[in-house]
Amino acid sequence: MSLLSTTNLSVTRGGIPVLERLTFTLSAGEVLVLRGPNGSGKTTLLRTLAGLQTPSQGQVHVDPDHIAYAAHADGLKSTLTVSENLKFWAGVYGQTDIQPALAAFDLTRLTGRAAGNLSAGQKRRLGLARLLVTGRPLWILDEPTVSLDASSVALFAAAVQQHLATGGAMIVATHIDLGFEAQVLDVTPHRAKLASQSGDFATGFDSDEDGAFL
Amino acid sequence: MIRLLQRDLILALRAGGGFGLGLGFFLILVTLVPFGIGPNSERLAAIAPGILWLGALLACLLSLDRIFALDYEDGSLDLLATAPVPLEGVVAMKALAHWITTGLPLVIAAPILGVLLHLETAAYLWLIVTLLIGTPALSFIGAFGAAITVGLKRGGLLMSLLVLPLYIPTLIFGAEVVRRGALGFEVATPLMMQAAITAGAIALLPFAAAAAIRIALR
Amino acid sequence: MASLWEWANPHKFMTWTAKALPIISIAAAVVTVIGLIWGFFFTPDDYRQGATIKIFYIHVPTAMIAINAWLMMLIASLIWLIRRHHVSVLAAKAAAPVGLIMTLIALATGAIWGKPMWGTYWEWDPRLTSFLILFLFYLGYLALWEAIEDPDTAADLTSVLCLVGSVFALLSRYAVNFWNQGLHQGASLSLDKQENVADVFWYPALVALFGFVLMFVALVLLRTRTEIRKRRVHAIELRERVQG
Repeated sequence: MSLLSTTNLSVTRGGIPVLERLTFTLSAGEVLVLRGPNGSGKTTLLRTLAGLQTPSQGQVHVDPDHIAYAAHADGLKSTLTVSENLKFWAGVYGQTDIQPALAAFDLTRLTGRAAGNLSAGQKRRLGLARLLVTGRPLWILDEPTVSLDASSVALFAAAVQQHLATGGAMIVATHIDLGFEAQVLDVTPHRAKLASQSGDFATGFDSDEDGAFL
Repeated sequence: MIRLLQRDLILALRAGGGFGLGLGFFLILVTLVPFGIGPNSERLAAIAPGILWLGALLACLLSLDRIFALDYEDGSLDLLATAPVPLEGVVAMKALAHWITTGLPLVIAAPILGVLLHLETAAYLWLIVTLLIGTPALSFIGAFGAAITVGLKRGGLLMSLLVLPLYIPTLIFGAEVVRRGALGFEVATPLMMQAAITAGAIALLPFAAAAAIRIALR
Repeated sequence: MASLWEWANPHKFMTWTAKALPIISIAAAVVTVIGLIWGFFFTPDDYRQGATIKIFYIHVPTAMIAINAWLMMLIASLIWLIRRHHVSVLAAKAAAPVGLIMTLIALATGAIWGKPMWGTYWEWDPRLTSFLILFLFYLGYLALWEAIEDPDTAADLTSVLCLVGSVFALLSRYAVNFWNQGLHQGASLSLDKQENVADVFWYPALVALFGFVLMFVALVLLRTRTEIRKRRVHAIELRERVQG
């Protein structure tokens, strides 16, 4: 069963085309790793897949109710405690049980701590624990392992394995090796060729219209 | 949805002065007016309805830029936009939270501050009624202004420029009812107009605000 | 012509406006000058208002354009939101400063007229007040354009603001009417009561109005052309930044 597929997808950032002609499929139990240099448009692609942006061309076929999106910012409130933060997101997704998520990311001892007092790595773990309380099969993750130490990365990898085993899937932009089998999509060949497109304004203007008109 | 309201209320409480800041501003403003106008009680009574309404309006404005800016900065807004809650509902809940933390305390404090300005006895009832009806409109219009400026540098100042003109009808009808009430005139027409504006703002502006947020997040 | 919308393609727009703009500009200048000279020098003074009636020939056209420029911006914004025509929203952007200046002129001439008429430069007359409010709406709209870097985001957000602003501008208009007939009965002395304007005054005013409308069209076309060029520069800069 395909959770996500794109056909001939092109995405833009701030009016500039960044990636084009992306066609791929992601099924339950699979992981797709996006690779490519900084600024190549991985974040833009993930935002488009998550529905925050509209594609400039092509289609994304996905049920929005399957997506759990996580980006650089974790969406944590510093004055709320760890469990309050997690309970809020669980509630938003109609879930109630946050214990498994806390346990999976080794946060059980920190539940009463205000999120503002956590270290960067602990915050990140809390941000990732949020994925477990969404109950959604398709994870769309942007650099999930930033500021995680080796043991935390292992926790994350274990959580992903568990997720995949229960019919989940993940598309992730990351530079580290998570230690399990994954399809890799290198976006470099899909970087937009600049001569071919540039929207309404840069094309069709090459004749000289700048003659005096007044 | 209720969770969002709960969270915003808790956040306002924990942030310290979530309730107090607007109120304190309102108090200071009303205290400063006689220093500028002079202590003549008749003159103060004449301008009291307008000053009280204007003070409430400005106090509301003060905390508007925080409605979405904080959630935008920490990424919550992105996550909420992809969560199974309609963004229109998010806007409505956040505006409601703003009203509970800012508008409602103003409604309660206004009659007390009315004493300082020698407000006519007959006007107290109408002051409370119009603020109760009008301040939700201030919060919802403000939420729209906050949505349209979310993510902008110096968004706060720009937002005031955008929001204040939108407050004109609410201010006019609100202060008009209190003025008429003070003189014992009929107040039904402006009161109904104000109620209509509030109803319209609550019903329609969340859609415009949600559209603005979707554009800003792109 | 396949479709009316073809005229809104930036390239087509630049082509036809390059030809039309000089004609419209000259026509605007000629008609405005004729209307104003006719009005200023070839009409009798009003028996009640004396020579002050002359300001009418500037005040009324600017005031009408001030309102209709906003209406035009509203329609252009709607076209952008619905059909995504870039030229449409750029025309709205181009019209805003023109509308702002027209509002200012209408306010200033109103105030200057008000002095001999009412003995004061400013009266919170519902009409004058509405124009002041309209001025604030123009300011907000322009400020929002300035504040947003990405042109498409700016176009979207200003269009939403224009829509919502229109509703509130209309509400303000009625609120202000209500406000100043309420307690201060009879204070409103409307500026342009037309019933005692005779034909001698009316015809040159119509000519002047037509001239001002042409002037508005010329200015908006000129400014839209500039905005299109700015967008083109922006597009080229983006391309270079990506390539480099």
